[in-house]
Amino acid sequence: MTRFSIPDANPIVRLTVNLKEENQPMRKNALNLHNLALAWIIAAMLVIVPVGFSTAIAEELAGLDTLPGADDPAARGLAIAKETERRDLGFGNTSANMRMILTNAYGETSERELRNLVLEITEENEGDWSLIVFDKPRDVDGTALLSYAHILDPDDQWMYLPAVKRVKRISSVNKSGPFMGSEFAFEDFSSQEVGKYSYNWLRDEACGERMCHVTERAPLYEYSGYTRQIAWTDTTDYQPRKIEYYDRKDQLLKTLTLTDYRLYEGKYWRAHDLFMENHQTGKNTRLVWSDFVFQAGLTESDFTTNALKRAR
Amino acid sequence: MKKFQSTCIASALTCGFAFTTPLSAAEFEVTGFVEPELQVFPNRGNVAGQKQFNSSVALEVTAELFWDNGDQFIVFKPFARLDQNDDNRTHADIRELKYTYVNGDWEFRVGIDKVFWGVTEVAHLVDIINQTDQVESLDGEEKLGQPMISVSTVQDFGIFDFYLLPYFRERTFQSRGGRPAFDIPVDESQTMYGSKDKRRNLDFATRYSNTFEDWDVGIAYFQGTGRDPVFIPGLDSGGNPVLIPLYPQIKQASIDIQATMDGWLYKFEGFWRRELGEERIQATGGIEYTFYQIFDTANDLGIVAEYIWDDRGANNANAFANDAVAGLRWTANDEASTALLLASVVDLDTQAASISLEAERRFGDDYFVSLEARIFENVPRSDLLFSFSDDDFVQLRVARYF
Repeated sequence: MTRFSIPDANPIVRLTVNLKEENQPMRKNALNLHNLALAWIIAAMLVIVPVGFSTAIAEELAGLDTLPGADDPAARGLAIAKETERRDLGFGNTSANMRMILTNAYGETSERELRNLVLEITEENEGDWSLIVFDKPRDVDGTALLSYAHILDPDDQWMYLPAVKRVKRISSVNKSGPFMGSEFAFEDFSSQEVGKYSYNWLRDEACGERMCHVTERAPLYEYSGYTRQIAWTDTTDYQPRKIEYYDRKDQLLKTLTLTDYRLYEGKYWRAHDLFMENHQTGKNTRLVWSDFVFQAGLTESDFTTNALKRAR
Repeated sequence: MKKFQSTCIASALTCGFAFTTPLSAAEFEVTGFVEPELQVFPNRGNVAGQKQFNSSVALEVTAELFWDNGDQFIVFKPFARLDQNDDNRTHADIRELKYTYVNGDWEFRVGIDKVFWGVTEVAHLVDIINQTDQVESLDGEEKLGQPMISVSTVQDFGIFDFYLLPYFRERTFQSRGGRPAFDIPVDESQTMYGSKDKRRNLDFATRYSNTFEDWDVGIAYFQGTGRDPVFIPGLDSGGNPVLIPLYPQIKQASIDIQATMDGWLYKFEGFWRRELGEERIQATGGIEYTFYQIFDTANDLGIVAEYIWDDRGANNANAFANDAVAGLRWTANDEASTALLLASVVDLDTQAASISLEAERRFGDDYFVSLEARIFENVPRSDLLFSFSDDDFVQLRVARYF
């Protein structure tokens, strides 16, 4: 779901920042102790693996990252988004399967299945690359979509139509339309780069068993279908838990609830259940991810129009 | 590309059997469709034996075997149609039977495959690797499998494709009683070739393509047996007039360009061809624009306008010599993938028009229904399409995927 790519700082810089801001609120003592213990273990290991030190401790201390105060909601909102992005930095490449269950206003359901490959692009101001291959419905089996995401410009997208063996460069300005007839728009689950929105922190509040930062974000890209979104980001793992989408008339359109988060590689969170409810049509779509593989061995050559043609 | 076993499990039907070692990582998948078809021709045909109703059924199966992490695979895709009235349309073809090996930026293929080149919606001028399976559809998008050896490589400066095409496929034509068909039938028993090796002439093709920001550009060269036949009037063994197809040797250089700028697509494709001692140029181009989410609904409405040009001017070998195309594409973006395409091609010299309406949607998870109506209006006797002018039709296809 959330994939990010812009590096904000290298680990050493982050470490210094973290230590400097130690006396800020918004951290957990338990975590602190845990970090301390870990720091000692790492310090002991330092003799053997000197290189591991700075990286490991930086990663551990990252949980202590502190935010600008409530008196500067824009900076605080941006910092929350950056922290979410930073937590996902370095995921490299992933592959995963997705099942979509579409339910219309009468309760009738239909399903789609697809596979999603993602390559992290760490270049500044560029989004990730992705390849989506459809399995179901069967009449679109083998249809594939290649996207090079950009921050504010429309993405570069190519569609492969297997029946005619044709690769078509397509216009990507329709990111806000229904994706495969579902309640998700392409922009809802494409690369969520920090630079795509402006932010305004609203409040912190409980969200289920957790605490959440509630941030309003306004899309900066021209063709978004939304005026704004309100995102609940938890204060521990900095993952989105709920997002409300407001349409071009600023009416509440949809609510997305993200659950079943699982941790990969010890640091990357992925929600496996995304439930999108359309308040205006009564329709909903549940998106279920499975078989996440990190470091799936994908390279740029897996994201070319040639690869698109043989994607399956 | 990785494909996971779970996909296979989820669709247990498609996983006929699993391989054990040494192909433990291999995957085998069989998919396909059965598609009954009903055609209605409102007008009585002007050739004896032409019926006003026709039914047929098509079957296509795709069997795929992947291994080596998906870097090696074999695809076998046979196709067959059984037609009530047209013996030529009752035909079978191997659409694909290929082995592919991928090594990083290189891809090697050997076997029968299909390749598409080009960008425009109506005339496919630069698309030359495969022969048209014309009994399947008049739009030129149904193709016969082409035997080939092919190498493709993706480099920083673009994609290069090379093809050796050792065997030629003749275009399929409706039989005397088939529709829509030429009033004078094509006699394939007298087919002639420009090459002394006939259909065993070794053809060669290469293509360079690349993306420059908003521009997608392809440049290609082909040398060998032309895919478009030249018709020579003749007589069959019974002394009846027939059209004899001649496939000359040609040299062709082509270019296709698409610029994608926000909602606008600008397209151009054209070729220079040397054929039977003459040189000629054909080109087509146009625009496509889509109004997304019209009236704040999920519906998209796209417009297509294209122009088709042949430097010979009006001629009896190419119906599209000075033609304008206008099209409307409506997509509902609903669960059923409902879509409607209205297209008209008008000959600016003769005002002959071909208008088609295609509607399609999914029913349930596995049925896909498409309805096509095509009418030919105002076609003068001099136009190549005159034979079709009595062949307006409505066609319903119901595909069951498995």
